Amino acid sequence: MTSHFRLSWIPTFVLAAITLACGGGQNQAPTGTTAPVANPVDPATAGSVSGRITFEGTPPPATPISMKSDPNCQPGSAAASESIVVGSNGGLQNVFVYVKDGLGNLKFPVPATAVVINQQGCRYAPHVLGIQVGQPLEVLNNDETLHNVHAVAKTNREFNAGQPLKGIKNTFTFTAKEVMVPFRCDVHNWMNAWVGVLDHPFFSVTGTDGTFELKGLPPGTYTVEAWHEKLGTQTQTVTVGEKAIATAAFTFKS
Amino acid sequence: MLPLFAALVAASTALLIFAGGLVTSTGSGLSVPDWPNTYGWFMFSFPIDKMVGGIFYEHSHRLIASTVGFLMVVLAGWLWRVEPRRWVRWLGITALGAVILQGILGGITVLWYLPDPISIAHASLAQLVFCLTVTIALVTSPAWTRGYARGGAGTPNDAALQRIALLTTASIYVQIVVGATMRHTGAGLAIPDFPFAFGHLVPPQWDAKIAIHFAHRVGALLVLVGILATTGHVLYHHRDRPELTRPSWLLLALVSVQITLGALTVLSHKQFIINSLHVVTGAIVLVTSLALTLRAHRSRFAERAATTSGASAPFSSQSAGARA
Repeated sequence: MTSHFRLSWIPTFVLAAITLACGGGQNQAPTGTTAPVANPVDPATAGSVSGRITFEGTPPPATPISMKSDPNCQPGSAAASESIVVGSNGGLQNVFVYVKDGLGNLKFPVPATAVVINQQGCRYAPHVLGIQVGQPLEVLNNDETLHNVHAVAKTNREFNAGQPLKGIKNTFTFTAKEVMVPFRCDVHNWMNAWVGVLDHPFFSVTGTDGTFELKGLPPGTYTVEAWHEKLGTQTQTVTVGEKAIATAAFTFKS
Repeated sequence: MLPLFAALVAASTALLIFAGGLVTSTGSGLSVPDWPNTYGWFMFSFPIDKMVGGIFYEHSHRLIASTVGFLMVVLAGWLWRVEPRRWVRWLGITALGAVILQGILGGITVLWYLPDPISIAHASLAQLVFCLTVTIALVTSPAWTRGYARGGAGTPNDAALQRIALLTTASIYVQIVVGATMRHTGAGLAIPDFPFAFGHLVPPQWDAKIAIHFAHRVGALLVLVGILATTGHVLYHHRDRPELTRPSWLLLALVSVQITLGALTVLSHKQFIINSLHVVTGAIVLVTSLALTLRAHRSRFAERAATTSGASAPFSSQSAGARA
């Protein structure tokens, strides 16, 4: 009886070993030895960091993109690179702003809601986004052509999935924090996106006006980093008081 | 017919190398994520209208590779049936095995997201496959069988030429492997100017990529010296031997084109057609030097054949090499 019991566990161990060995970018559970608590932040004392990111000087002219290699990619207007996008008031778009340090050992719940990247007009939308470790990332092909979803991760496992038909959606998860994971489509070499993977929810991506806000932070002192794909990174130390709004401003120049 | 077919296979291999160069130069290596299928389709049933963007280069490369593989099966089988020389029959089998291995390496490099060592091995083995096909085409040609006999004498047994030609061919191969390493590690523009390096003869700053790039430039000079020495020797000592002078002149022309293409690759910021032409011209330089080397060694093949057949007389005239 005992031997039967032990033998019956062998497939389970083998399956467990295979699962561990094949762990990667897809359908992974979040890592960590301590289970996340429901909400480690007291909303009665939580504050935030807000600010604006600007570009100093004359922004470089937008680089036009040729999509001639695929007749199915028909942009409504002249397509241009999104690497440096500056608004009329100098606001710098597509900057990933996040708390780099200062959260200690706090564990945060992982949202079940998926973050979505849409491929439409042979572009990624959004171009820069943030996600938590273990949170689902859905990548949707909304084009009448083929795409491959290629995440060139370094800390997480690299993956490359084909999407030959319109409407195909793949769901991925990341197992470790990584700022940033480049996404690219090797079919259309102008298509790229950046995904910031963090083990907490305190991140934001600047819009056309260059503003950002990191809400719900427990009082404390933090290192806040602003990352831009071409202009590099900048960090600031910010202290957040109880129910206070701290400010941070970053200025990039080429 | 067999020599012509072998030449066709060799030419197809050159086309395949050019197509492979286009894949890397356009950054299309992972545009088809699966292998051996293409986006789930059986490779040969993949719709033509879906060959867009990077897929055009990657899938074309796979189709040409499959065609070359098929031609190689036919060539190896043909040689096995009709070729009397055992070593040539096995050369066909070796070429077939190399093509199969090459295909597997190509698949692995896609499935493993283009790891540098596999990609470099894929590029380097491609050159050996090309060398094997050219060797088969050469040694099955009527001129080789006749021993390049002119006026009663075959290709001279010039030990100095044999050594220098062999050394030059080996150095070209090493140079191509260094080039493949530079290409697959993204070091093609590590030194952005030409002919200088950051405005100096020797780079004032170093890292791994700059070192690889600079090694490729120094290698080009060494190869040039080797080619000049080989061709100079041929044109000075054997100007009445067209089987040696023709590849020599061709080699001089090709190496000039190749150095120009190398410079243009840097100056054009790796324009993909120039870059790919640089890859395939390098391969043609290699096989031209190989053909010259093999012809320089032609008499030794004859001696070996004579020794093997029990003949005691040293090589003389065309008869000894009839089946060498």
